[in-house]
Amino acid sequence: MTVIQKKADNPIAHLSAEDIETLGKELDAIRERVIADRGERDAAYIRKVISTQRKLEVSSRVVLLFSLFPPAWLVGTAGLAVAKILENMEIGHNVLHGQWDWMRDPKIHSTAWEWDHATPAEQWKQSHNELHHRYTNVVGKDNDLGYGIMRVDEDQPWHPAYLGQPFYNFLNACFFEYGVAAYDLDLGQKLKNGGHKDPVFRAQLRAAGRKIRRQVLKDYLLFPLLSGPSFFHTMAANFTANLIRNLWSHSVIMCGHFPEGVETFSKTSIEGETRGEWYLRQMLGSANISGSRLMHIMTGNLSYQIEHHLFPDLPSNRYQEIAPEVRALFDRYGLRYTTGSLPRQVFSAWKKVFRLALPNRRRPGVSDDRPNGPATGPSAPRTLATVGA
Amino acid sequence: MTATVPRPDTSGSLRRRLWRLAETVTTPVLPGDYLDLVAPLRAGADLRGRILDVRPETPDAATVLIQPGRSWRGHRPGQYVRLGVDVDGVRQWRAYSVTSAPGRRGDPISVTVKAIPDGVVSNHLVRRIRPGTIVQLDQACGDFVLPQPAPPRVLFLTAGSGITPVAGMLRGGALAGTDVVLVHSAPTADDVVFGPELRDLAERGAIRLVERHTTVDGLLDVAELDTLVPDHLERETWACGPVGLLDAVERHWSARDRVDRLHTERFRPTVITAGEGGTVTFTRSSVTVEAAGATPLLDAGENAGVLMPSGCRMGICFGCVLPLRQGAVRDLRNGQLTTALPGDGVRVQTCVSAAAGPCELEI
Repeated sequence: MTVIQKKADNPIAHLSAEDIETLGKELDAIRERVIADRGERDAAYIRKVISTQRKLEVSSRVVLLFSLFPPAWLVGTAGLAVAKILENMEIGHNVLHGQWDWMRDPKIHSTAWEWDHATPAEQWKQSHNELHHRYTNVVGKDNDLGYGIMRVDEDQPWHPAYLGQPFYNFLNACFFEYGVAAYDLDLGQKLKNGGHKDPVFRAQLRAAGRKIRRQVLKDYLLFPLLSGPSFFHTMAANFTANLIRNLWSHSVIMCGHFPEGVETFSKTSIEGETRGEWYLRQMLGSANISGSRLMHIMTGNLSYQIEHHLFPDLPSNRYQEIAPEVRALFDRYGLRYTTGSLPRQVFSAWKKVFRLALPNRRRPGVSDDRPNGPATGPSAPRTLATVGA
Repeated sequence: MTATVPRPDTSGSLRRRLWRLAETVTTPVLPGDYLDLVAPLRAGADLRGRILDVRPETPDAATVLIQPGRSWRGHRPGQYVRLGVDVDGVRQWRAYSVTSAPGRRGDPISVTVKAIPDGVVSNHLVRRIRPGTIVQLDQACGDFVLPQPAPPRVLFLTAGSGITPVAGMLRGGALAGTDVVLVHSAPTADDVVFGPELRDLAERGAIRLVERHTTVDGLLDVAELDTLVPDHLERETWACGPVGLLDAVERHWSARDRVDRLHTERFRPTVITAGEGGTVTFTRSSVTVEAAGATPLLDAGENAGVLMPSGCRMGICFGCVLPLRQGAVRDLRNGQLTTALPGDGVRVQTCVSAAAGPCELEI
């Protein structure tokens, strides 16, 4: 992966500006069809998931009150980990995307939802929905690319600090919810450039602090206390469940935009971007995970990352249904639909983390005589369409 | 209805403290969110009801029997209740008169619904809803009620589903000993909601019933009251029905200077006529602007100096969502209309919605 316009085999060179607009219209049509059909079945689905998750969480927490007994510890921890994963992925992430706002249920609404996660919903919505989904895979704009701590593209200059990135990435995976909270606050940048004195930032910091305090109090003090003699066992169980949830969601999210085959884009390439070009960027900048129905639910249907990025506000249960149509569009327009099994995609993403920890061995596929030239250069503020034309 | 005696303060505060502790345990959601799964009608929960039965009244009307939650505070005959019903997965709120007599705490209530053509909620309630379904409720309200004690002579003037609040009053028992005349208008005898019950009351001499079947007799002309009920101006009168009838009734009573004896209940059909663009009011900011049909509400607000929340400005991040208190807006991406009345709780993405008629945004 490298900034798309510099690639020798530019994957959109064969598309004309009209092709891209037609593609956009075809995708709009898929979206409209789902919206027209959206109804009772979908509402029943999300309510069922929420109810299942809550029952699973309550029963796991009750079992953990007796976590002194190893079987109770194992069952309770496994149940709680699954409940936390469901809560964050299929429920929290998707509700906060506004996927269920159309139901007009004030309890299941993006403006009212709060989730079992270190970062406050309000802050996450801003960094995730507004920045990541709008600027998907635009180097320098989409901080999800490496979370500001990793080198994720051959075009990023190498620095010896990146040698440690496999380790940072692993650490980030273990404590992912806190990593996300820090990242939603833009903590690194704010501390570096003195933005930490900004009153807005300070208010956000306080809000995140309150949220984290409540979360920690619940998992590491109140439930252990309720467990009486099982105090330390419950504490360890809750830590383990959080760890499992963190590792899982980190892996799923890495698979969405890191594996080989996923493209990145330069800042200048999105100037004056049309609707069709925005769609195209989502198509090329995301990767799916193949697997069973259960696996899809556990990933919050982010295994349909491509479909999710095309239509972030469609109900998650619909991604699977439209995937064949979306894939057919990729085929028809000669685009690469990146997908693979979970182990394969995780391996692919990690391989890249390791590879980019080291300096580039050779410049991949750049030839300076290409007509579009380096897209990051001042002379070539091109859009995707002009590159393709 | 019995009044609840306030609990002693100490147990109340202990309870509150325990509840707060429970909240720290269930964070980030509330203890109630878990309890709702097993006991949606419990005391302290948001007011809801469970559909117990749906009984047909006429070919297009049915009585819906509802078990209200424990927080239900009862109603007075003639009042209405707002019902939040999920139709095709979307919550829709409508007001219906309570047609059951006030009972004891914990008794079911009923509303009687006439399916109107293209009525999203009324058709769902009459034809599709199943016993066991949970619906959202508001406490009963409205001042279309009888005074206590009831006046000695009463006229009820109703048409179509306008009979529903009056049925509540007739069943309430407060009219014993009162001279009651009911003039009711419906297309045919079969279309009279509660027809058999009303005729039975008339036979037993409890009321004098004047039925008017418009397919045979034509629409009721208010001037006919002079012959139908000669003393109608001497009676305390409650009228409920279509807008045309109520307007005529109000003219008739005010022309004779007896408007103080007239009580009317207007069921506004929830039709908001959509247009292109319109007057947008940002309620909390007290700002009103004219917005074109192609201008996103977000831009209209920002241009008028309202501090609008915003995000991606392309309809994907839901960072600009605001409550639409009332009015109609159009989704600029696909032309889809969204309409809202107060209490509907409709929220819209302001960056991709434009005014389609007058509308009010809460900010």
